[in-house]
Amino acid sequence: MKLLTHNMLTSHVQGVIKGYPLIIKATEVKVNELEFSAPFVSRMIPKLEWSALIQAAEWLGQSQDLPSTLIPDYEKDEEFLRKVHRILLEVEVVEGCLQCPESGREFPISKGVPNMLLIEDE
Amino acid sequence: MKLKELESCLQQVDGFEEPKILLEQYPTSPHIAGCMLYTIHNTFDDIQNKLVADLGCGCGVLSIGAAVLDAGLCVGFDIDEDALDIFKGNVEDFELSNIDMVQCDVCSIGSSYAKKFDTVIMNPPFGTKHNQGSDMQFLQTAISMASTAVYSLHKTSTRDVKLRYDLPASYKFHKKKSVSECFARNPISKLPQKYCTEHM
Repeated sequence: MKLLTHNMLTSHVQGVIKGYPLIIKATEVKVNELEFSAPFVSRMIPKLEWSALIQAAEWLGQSQDLPSTLIPDYEKDEEFLRKVHRILLEVEVVEGCLQCPESGREFPISKGVPNMLLIEDE
Repeated sequence: MKLKELESCLQQVDGFEEPKILLEQYPTSPHIAGCMLYTIHNTFDDIQNKLVADLGCGCGVLSIGAAVLDAGLCVGFDIDEDALDIFKGNVEDFELSNIDMVQCDVCSIGSSYAKKFDTVIMNPPFGTKHNQGSDMQFLQTAISMASTAVYSLHKTSTRDVKLRYDLPASYKFHKKKSVSECFARNPISKLPQKYCTEHM
């Protein structure tokens, strides 16, 4: 599971009002190289919940001096974009779980795939 | 990349070992997948450097194709763990890094991904196996998730039909000439358009 994907995932447990961001508890993380594309990264940044990304990076011990708020003119800062590229697209959670911050319900991550399925009465 | 190259590439994608009938699992043929993705990429430029979602990805033919065509990232969504295992094997065989996947029920996704994806591609269950209406649910979810376009395969009787939906115009459906030419033998039917107007 990449952090770009994690940034979009929410808990849908019944009754939960804000099941976001899901707390990452990782037991296995890997870094998988992916070709850098400045246009793609710059376009993704406005779609992100930036604070959730920083939080996720911290949970994985991958904060790498990413700023807690977005810098202006980030599109022109290649060094910054490369850092974002790495955290969004190259760092992957292979094993672990995602925890709903409200209900505590845990969604397992196995072989890199988070399982968001709820059982019938959830 | 030429269409023929893309098609022969997609022929390498492993399909379902034991397709589950109730989930309407069957592999999207490399020809249809290739044709669809080739058009989306070359005519509409909706794949390269885009964030793409593949709803009901199964073993991942469409996602693999999108990744090969340089999607920024393609995320596959499917309910079935066995299909996702095969998908993962395919991703490893192809050595692709721009793919991710989520196990979930597309029909219960809600609006959490609202407009997050540039493009949604899919070959959804048609609702022919005691799961009537699932194709429409997939479409609704797709339309809420996509900020630019949804590309979907739908069935009218025995013909596979391809449609392009332009967004965010309020559910206007365009039928581009190039798309119909690609499917000259399977003309785009008016049925889905009428169906969508009534049910959305």
